[in-house]
Amino acid sequence: MMTEQAAASAASVPQTPTVISAQGLNLVYETSDGPVQALKDVDLKIGKGDFVSFIGPSGCGKTTFLRVMADLETPTSGTVLVNGVPPEVARKARAYGYVFQAAGLYPWRTIGGNIRLPLEIMGYSKPEQAERVQRVLELVELAGFEKKYPWQLSGGMQQRASIARALAFDADILLMDEPFGALDEIVRDHLNEQLLALWARTEKTICFVTHSIPEAVYLSTKIVVMSPRPGRITDVIESPLPKERPLEIRDSPEFLEIAHRVREGLRAGHAYD
Amino acid sequence: MKNVIPVLTVVLAILVIWYGSAVMLNKQWVLDQAARQDRVLTTPELIAETWAQDKPKLPAPHQVALELWDTVAMKKPTSKRSLVYHAWVTMSATVLGFGLGTLLGFALAVGIVYNRVMDKSVMPWVIASQTIPILAIAPMIIVVLNAIGISGLLPKAMISMYLSFFPVVVGMVKGLRSPDAMQLDQMRTWSATRAQEFWRLRLPASMPYLFASMKIAMAASLVGAIVGELPTGAVAGLGARLLAGSYYGQTIQIWSALLMAAALAAALVGLIGLIQRITLKRMGMA
Repeated sequence: MMTEQAAASAASVPQTPTVISAQGLNLVYETSDGPVQALKDVDLKIGKGDFVSFIGPSGCGKTTFLRVMADLETPTSGTVLVNGVPPEVARKARAYGYVFQAAGLYPWRTIGGNIRLPLEIMGYSKPEQAERVQRVLELVELAGFEKKYPWQLSGGMQQRASIARALAFDADILLMDEPFGALDEIVRDHLNEQLLALWARTEKTICFVTHSIPEAVYLSTKIVVMSPRPGRITDVIESPLPKERPLEIRDSPEFLEIAHRVREGLRAGHAYD
Repeated sequence: MKNVIPVLTVVLAILVIWYGSAVMLNKQWVLDQAARQDRVLTTPELIAETWAQDKPKLPAPHQVALELWDTVAMKKPTSKRSLVYHAWVTMSATVLGFGLGTLLGFALAVGIVYNRVMDKSVMPWVIASQTIPILAIAPMIIVVLNAIGISGLLPKAMISMYLSFFPVVVGMVKGLRSPDAMQLDQMRTWSATRAQEFWRLRLPASMPYLFASMKIAMAASLVGAIVGELPTGAVAGLGARLLAGSYYGQTIQIWSALLMAAALAAALVGLIGLIQRITLKRMGMA
């Protein structure tokens, strides 16, 4: 039965419209020690509604790639299209929400005020702001915390608030840069579960940077394995796991098989250094 | 209430040292006087006289207290003999100069943070401006401004401004730059304008720095106002009282003016501390 679903999900991939595409992407940093190739010949297509994880050791360019998609870095050569347009146009069209490693909530604003911040900047009307704040707070299960200040919340709750902030405006793409990296295992499991539920409800396209193999396998429909020096993609794994994923799925043979393949990919990338 | 005992202990220690020093410093004059009059002084007499001279080298605390009482409480505040009147004159220049200095410092800091040319060029001048002794430049400011018909409060306020803009520039440049790269990237992902970035991120983030700088600026501003009163033959203000006191050897008057200046500084800095507490509390940062 599992294999049937796997076949179905694999078959459905080519039919979905492409949201993000990268072709022949290179990014070279000039440093005092000479040029550093952060990304080399990266080709990738991400379909609508995909949950894509980028995994690899530090320096493999996974965060850089995310930042290129967000127009926070400019590639040296190659093309990236987000929603069919260059990243800068996509950024100005508010095509994506970006969740950083740290929650980065403003200490002088309440949780509600923090979520309202991008809405104020984008010029939503006051009643619409209030309505959206309520909606996303419920989405991340923080209803009732609107008037609290960030320091009154735990680290996990703060990170949920920052996800709510990225969801508050109608971006179809969610870019997440190790959002749960600083949290402990138990909180992390819980947030992963919530994130999947949120993804199912909102049908957004999510790009998720992580260095945890179980996290990547548990969350993703597509796992992009990367390796450093130069930063490049070594493997792209289409996950056969069903969309509905209880935490126990992590003990299933399918899960372990994918995790094994990811680990192999990571090891191959490291083989020569 | 827990602070009362330590504070009282320190005050007591200061009083003991002060009275002791008064005896040491004023003793010679008392002994000379006694020798001229062929009097022999007992120790209690000697001590009593060192604490009761008209123009002592160091007046005893109670002499200063009495002078303060006399010139603060017993005179009408509008009278030129009232220390409250002189303190008011100095405070007007201080507050005006502080306001101007804070505005100037703020404007320069915004320029330095947002303009590359200003970032590269302004700071050395700002620092150089503070290496010139204020006592040297104060008379010239007063003379030049007088020559173009500006007199009264403004020249003194300009000197206050000259001293008080400096801590505000330094503090606010640091404060406006305090948001980290991630917070600035975040603003970029929302395609925020520079104005939105300033009002919603940089300015609120700089508030703790602003208040710390303003406290220093206020104290500097008071020094500026007093210095501004010295070279002008000013007829009013704490600086004028200090100058008149030193011309006529009125040490008691000097000391009471000094204490008044200290009290004024404490009150003004305390006021900023109060505004700081209220503001940061309303911002949820304290």
